[in-house]
Amino acid sequence: MANPSAVCNGHLHHHHQKQNNLLKSGIYKKNGITKGIKKNGISNGTLYKKKFVEHFEQAPMYVAVFTFLGFGVGTIFGYLRDFMRAWGLEKRNVATEREQQKDFVPLYQDFENFYTRNLYMRIRDNWNRPICSVPGPQFDLMERVTDDYNWTFRFTGRIIKNVINMGSYNYLGFAETDVNALKTVTIELQKYGTGICSTRQEMGTLDKHVELEKLVAKFLGVEDAMVFGMGFATNSMNIPALVGKGCLILSDELNHTSLVLGARLSGATIRIFKHNNIQSLEKLLRDAIIYGQPRSRRAWRKIIILVEGIYSMEGSIVRLPEIVSLKKKYKAYLYLDEAHSIGAVGATGRGVVEYFGMSPDDVDVLMGTFTKSFGAAGGYIAGKKDLVDFLRTHSHSAVYATSMCPPVAEQIIRAMKCVMGLDGTTQGLQRVRQLGKNTRYFRRRLHEMGFIIYGNDDSPVVPLLLYMPGKIGAFARRMLEKNIGVVVVGFPATPITESRARFCVSAAHTREMLDTVLSALDELGDFLHLKYSRYSKSSHPELYEETRLELED
Amino acid sequence: MDIKSMKNYLYWLYCQFELITCSYLMEPWEKLLFYTFNITMLVMVLYTAYIFVPVHISTAFQFFLHLFGNQHENTVSVVK
Repeated sequence: MANPSAVCNGHLHHHHQKQNNLLKSGIYKKNGITKGIKKNGISNGTLYKKKFVEHFEQAPMYVAVFTFLGFGVGTIFGYLRDFMRAWGLEKRNVATEREQQKDFVPLYQDFENFYTRNLYMRIRDNWNRPICSVPGPQFDLMERVTDDYNWTFRFTGRIIKNVINMGSYNYLGFAETDVNALKTVTIELQKYGTGICSTRQEMGTLDKHVELEKLVAKFLGVEDAMVFGMGFATNSMNIPALVGKGCLILSDELNHTSLVLGARLSGATIRIFKHNNIQSLEKLLRDAIIYGQPRSRRAWRKIIILVEGIYSMEGSIVRLPEIVSLKKKYKAYLYLDEAHSIGAVGATGRGVVEYFGMSPDDVDVLMGTFTKSFGAAGGYIAGKKDLVDFLRTHSHSAVYATSMCPPVAEQIIRAMKCVMGLDGTTQGLQRVRQLGKNTRYFRRRLHEMGFIIYGNDDSPVVPLLLYMPGKIGAFARRMLEKNIGVVVVGFPATPITESRARFCVSAAHTREMLDTVLSALDELGDFLHLKYSRYSKSSHPELYEETRLELED
Repeated sequence: MDIKSMKNYLYWLYCQFELITCSYLMEPWEKLLFYTFNITMLVMVLYTAYIFVPVHISTAFQFFLHLFGNQHENTVSVVK
């Protein structure tokens, strides 16, 4: 049977309405069909066109008790070690004040420094591991050993080869070294070199940037876009240009540091609403409109809502339809940071806007990065032409920061053309679909095994909860022994009791790699006792069927 | 085989104890200190239990016996 989906101009056209449930939501508006179709009992009248399933299961109470016990023991030993260091019974490896500064305000007494010295140092070998190959689905690691309990490291010279990579943000697998794929990038490198040596407003705007911006605007379905050299700087340098004193920023609890920094630099008033909680956001909006600015009671000049597409520590997807309806009701602006979701969710990889079947005109400022799904570096801001023209003149990044270098821009162009299908193949679409399949398979198997996984069923970021500080180190080390590289996260990036291991599923992972990782996780989960979930299904339902048949005999 | 699986189970329990109390992360002398402290506390608790629990139980037993036992003796003497 011929493939009913034809890729044309980067958008998927469907001639048969019945097939392919995933794309139905986006196609209604394009073909002008207004007939309501029921799917899974959800009619066209509600905001969500498909099921929105998120898990945030709480572990049993004894886990929290043990976690606090572990931290308590660690803290007591931390005090003991600090005492020994202060009285000279132990060599001081940490930074301390000089003798002449003993009467000054102490520098290293706060909890963060205490935590770093005494708890982080013990498991420091699991972070900042140097790799020496492209971070594709597998990579090579430089072996490091420590002689003095993680205070100093030395390289043995050996390279651990083909470690399965479950930590890199390589969602569509564009971090590759295949010569054919990088042909255009090599040509541009030879034509332009690597450096720009200027900012966008001086002499740093190349024809490559113009081409890239047009392509990004076409990809997202908006009027115009602007690209910047660094993803973090896109947020922190452009939010101050958009809002200022007298404006109100409503920011999600778990927003990324770049958004928080940008919000603080702008000088606007910041109010925080609970993570993905629409009632909390609505209450804040109503209070803002009723009471206005704090002392003068004037109306706010602007109210802007800062959210992310996928939150990288939780794996949850933003409730975009509800937030857009709130924004329209209360006349606020919406800034959507799609760092992890562009290319990773949506039927054709166009992010959460497509995932929910909404139009990109609903979001005022679309921001994203090219680091995660496109194998490059940099960020973009897209939206109406007026907005982007304003940013071209008023953004700090445009005035002072060096623009994106041409080979990186060409890598983004070729990756985006691949995803849109403009290079003549369906490879991009296949990558997006493979990512979706890998994500669903990985999450389903982890749920069945009995681990506690946070987040939405469709998000490629999979946090696996570890809870106890001792298990963080044990988990990462044992996974490395099995030749799998994982990223574990503890306190300050997560709440103190909820440390986790974060997996990033990639389209480049094959089924065998995922199965290797899953069997290693199964074994390790039993050994470290990580399977806390109380809702796990049976992991081998087919075995049940077999025994029933045997009994019937 | 049973001894081997029992030994494996005990080793696994020991590993769990190490992970939960963060002694997996400690340097050897810290572990020695921690285990010495724990074992000392445990031995003291057990010793206290060994000395005092039988005395407490027999006192409680006598108390309950006094509640019901006295009546019993009275009835016996009346009948006699």
